[in-house]
Amino acid sequence: MTDGAGCAPLPTGSEVEADTDTDVDVAVVGAGVVGAAIARELAGHGLSVAVLEARDDIGDGTSKANTGILHTGFDAKPGTLESRLVREGCRLLTAYAAATGIPVERTGAVMAAWTEEELAALPGLREKAERNGYRRCELVGAGEVYRQVPALGPGVLGGLTVPDESLTCTWTTTLALATDALRRGARFLLRRAVIGADPGAGVTRLRTAGGDPITARWVVNAAGLGADTVDRMFGHDRFTVTPRRGELLVFDKLARPLADRIVLPVPTARGKGVLISPTVYGNVMLGPTAEDLTDRTATGTSAEGYAFLRARGERLMPSLMREEVTAAYAGLRAAADRDDYLIEASPEQRYVVVGGIRSTGLSAAMGIAEYVRALLADAGLVLAARTDLPSPPRMPNLGEAFPRPYRDAERIAADPAYGHVVCYCERVTAGEIRDACTAPLPARTLDGLRRRTRATNGRCQGFSCAAAVTDLMDRHRSGGCDASTEPGGTTR
Amino acid sequence: MTDGTPNLERGAVLTPDVLVVGAGPAGLTAAARLAGRTGADVLVLDRADTPGGVPVHTAHTGFGLRDLHRVLSGPAYAARLAGAARAAGADLRGRAMVTGWSGPRQVEATTPDGLLRVRARAVLLATGARERPRPARLVPGDRPQGVLTTGQLQQLVHGSGRHVGERAVVVGAEPVSWSAVLTLRAAGCRTVLMTSRYDRAESYAAFTVPGRTVLGVPVATGTRVVRIIGRGRVEGVEIEHAATGRRRTVACDTVVFTGDWVPEHELARAAGLAIDPGTLGPVVDTALHTSEPGVFAAGNLLHPVDTADGAALDGRHAADRIAAWLAAPGGEGPPLGPGVPVVAGEPFRWVAPQLLRPGGPAPPRGRLLLWSDALVRVPRVRVCQDGRVLARRRLPWPAAPGRVFRVPFALLSRLDPSGGPVRLALE
Ligand SMILES: Cc1cc2nc3c(=O)[nH]c(=O)nc-3n(C[C@H](O)[C@H](O)[C@H](O)COP(=O)(O)OP(=O)(O)OC[C@H]3O[C@@H](n4cnc5c(N)ncnc54)[C@H](O)[C@@H]3O)c2cc1C
Ligand SMILES: Cc1cc2nc3c(=O)[nH]c(=O)nc-3n(C[C@H](O)[C@H](O)[C@H](O)COP(=O)(O)OP(=O)(O)OC[C@H]3O[C@@H](n4cnc5c(N)ncnc54)[C@H](O)[C@@H]3O)c2cc1C
Repeated sequence: MTDGAGCAPLPTGSEVEADTDTDVDVAVVGAGVVGAAIARELAGHGLSVAVLEARDDIGDGTSKANTGILHTGFDAKPGTLESRLVREGCRLLTAYAAATGIPVERTGAVMAAWTEEELAALPGLREKAERNGYRRCELVGAGEVYRQVPALGPGVLGGLTVPDESLTCTWTTTLALATDALRRGARFLLRRAVIGADPGAGVTRLRTAGGDPITARWVVNAAGLGADTVDRMFGHDRFTVTPRRGELLVFDKLARPLADRIVLPVPTARGKGVLISPTVYGNVMLGPTAEDLTDRTATGTSAEGYAFLRARGERLMPSLMREEVTAAYAGLRAAADRDDYLIEASPEQRYVVVGGIRSTGLSAAMGIAEYVRALLADAGLVLAARTDLPSPPRMPNLGEAFPRPYRDAERIAADPAYGHVVCYCERVTAGEIRDACTAPLPARTLDGLRRRTRATNGRCQGFSCAAAVTDLMDRHRSGGCDASTEPGGTTR
Repeated sequence: MTDGTPNLERGAVLTPDVLVVGAGPAGLTAAARLAGRTGADVLVLDRADTPGGVPVHTAHTGFGLRDLHRVLSGPAYAARLAGAARAAGADLRGRAMVTGWSGPRQVEATTPDGLLRVRARAVLLATGARERPRPARLVPGDRPQGVLTTGQLQQLVHGSGRHVGERAVVVGAEPVSWSAVLTLRAAGCRTVLMTSRYDRAESYAAFTVPGRTVLGVPVATGTRVVRIIGRGRVEGVEIEHAATGRRRTVACDTVVFTGDWVPEHELARAAGLAIDPGTLGPVVDTALHTSEPGVFAAGNLLHPVDTADGAALDGRHAADRIAAWLAAPGGEGPPLGPGVPVVAGEPFRWVAPQLLRPGGPAPPRGRLLLWSDALVRVPRVRVCQDGRVLARRRLPWPAAPGRVFRVPFALLSRLDPSGGPVRLALE
């Protein structure tokens, strides 16, 4: 893979000394949805920002493999930071989505109780929702649950509705936040894993694999599964991340009429259970499992996971099990050995840790970013909201419920590439593939392209289109540097 | 589908006599026959660049025996069928993806020239079949690059001229699996193992024996792939021998999942056509008429998967039935009445066609097609209706997984048109 790593993304160490004291005001470690949101927020406050990411694309960690639900936070633990930031993040992301075109589909959710124990838990959950500031939950009888989701298997005893739980696209969200950050002057340095930190007086030097060290006045650690490791580089020993694997099955779009809203399990002492959810791409998802592992790279799927999901699916929605499986994947939640997010500043080190963002980070990301900004300000970093902010990017729509190019006569008339469907199952056009390959944060791999366009994500998984999609991508991917790694974006 | 439909009204409206969806062997053959024999106005839409369906990318020979009475390579065969359809006067359009229905016999399509709405007197669905990819087969493990289906492999190699890998494991041992081996070889990739979950490789002996000796590929029977290994790129697969439960790892950088067909039935389902639980394609009668008046189907959509000539001959058959439908008084055939269902018994997974309507013709080529889940070398077919045995016949060809099994329609000649379902099974 050709990449921008060789394109002199940053001045070398000696240049740094000759030139200035530091490369940037703030280095953010990790380009997941949380890191991207933080970079955007800080770059909007007159700071120069660099995001250091170990992988070769943004959003290629846990942020690429979740259930894509924009949570209201109704079921968080009241009084926790997580509860607050999910609620705020949800509000912020909902507004941001409207401004940028991130698809959000407010399907609502119904939590279905299958046992007396679960049924008995529902009133308490409604109360908890209210303590979390969410007042629209309603207790409903079994008849109403079946009216809302007729395909549910027999045995539902009652339910709790959560009308504002929504579907969104985690890929577009991360990409929008990162693109926005880039427009605001932040730089994204890919394939630059942070392997050591040397906090000094007024400046921290971050050693990276795959490039020169970076010096920054402040460091924000948003490294997800690697956040505890990075935290130890700063001499702390306050938490350990346990990768908690969640496996998911994605069913064919033809199953979509079976589930027009999210069906949540009732959390009990024996665990959280699996959900059935429509996806914003028009599929239906079953999962996730929850399994504590030690390997932080174990994003493979397992025979046990499949068997468990299929068994649960048979009970929850037997007709779903008759449909074809389109995709199966696994994500790793960065579970910390504590019951809340760990977001703390160490002013003397000019360092902030953002850890333990386990299973709600997509919803909370923008809330987390605001919170981190406030922490930095309290710690003495001078922040001033910029008045010259560029407008937020307008993102290509990947949501099935909203207009897509292949049905847009005007767009096709203006540019026939939007009328050339290349990935048939997902109806992705040549125009969209071109756009993704030439965007400010371009797709460089087939996986990156999938996340930006849905190409090859469909039921045939490339049987009909993978070759054509790859050819198109190669054609558009010019060999040179790209904006994401180009120097000069820094505003100081 | 809940897509917002902006600006739809601006699309062009076409009103051919017959719309054929899919320019594979079935659709092209039907179009050529209809346009040539009846002078009907026939429009063929295909989402691909080049008409011809799967054979466009199947570089090896083996096409055309039963329909064209010669043996051609896939691309030559595809070109010939497309040429014949054009010469007969059919309007063939590529890069024309049919995306859904907006009324009976009325579809929406997307093309680089704009949106199309097509309202036809009759519609032929000939959308083919695809292989189940790895996720649909629930094969666990890592998710590296290098995991393909045969369709994808063919297009990568013959369409795009790409290098695939050095060492491949091919999952399946049916005819298409050997096609994958040939394609891999053409791309300089050695097949180190084929796996078959059956106790005997499901392919024709005629293929397997020389295949094994000439191509030098060992076949592990009674075996399934239980895990894919490799981060970034495939490093190997773990296989399990069903009888012993013994597992071992085979090093490879490419895995090709072959066969395990599922029809491209999205449009059929979107139209609300009755779907057969066995084939997963639309239920058809012997005229290849679906449950919706004026909507016909042909090819691998109906029977995943037969050879290309079989699909082509389906198309020819459907063309004649469509012509009859169009020629009926009022420009439309009589309402579709009930019929006698045909059902598959042991060891068959499905049968097609599935419905015998009174007065209907014999099915294409006078045969019912079935799919067997077990190898029976000397099959003795039994046809029953309402507990009565209609016929018993030993057939001189084996029933084997991985290819269709043909039963002469004549075996059903004694059926009671007002009776219950007819069941075909092996004794
Ligand atoms: C199965 C599953 C389902 C989920 N469902 C939902 C949901 O429905 N709704 C919701 O809101 N949330 C959900 N989540 C949670 C959500 O996905 C996460 O909370 C969120 O993605 C975390 O984002 P992040 O940026 O913190 O982490 P990541 O996306 O993992 O980003 C961290 C980045 O840091 C990089 N990194 C790590 N170490 C280093 C280093 N040393 N140097 C440089 N870079 C480094 C990594 O490569 C990675 O890209 C789910 C999670 C899982 C696993
Ligand atoms: C690897 C491989 C090797 C083979 N080798 C042989 C061989 O040697 N000999 C042989 O006889 N057979 C062979 N076959 C089988 C043969 O290719 C098929 O039987 C034959 O192609 C089936 O024809 P069909 O018309 O039913 O469908 P297809 O050939 O699959 O054509 C269906 C067409 O419909 C189009 N379509 C689908 N949906 C839409 C839509 N919504 N809008 C527009 N267009 C649409 C598709 O683009 C496609 O062109 C092989 C198959 C494979 C995969």
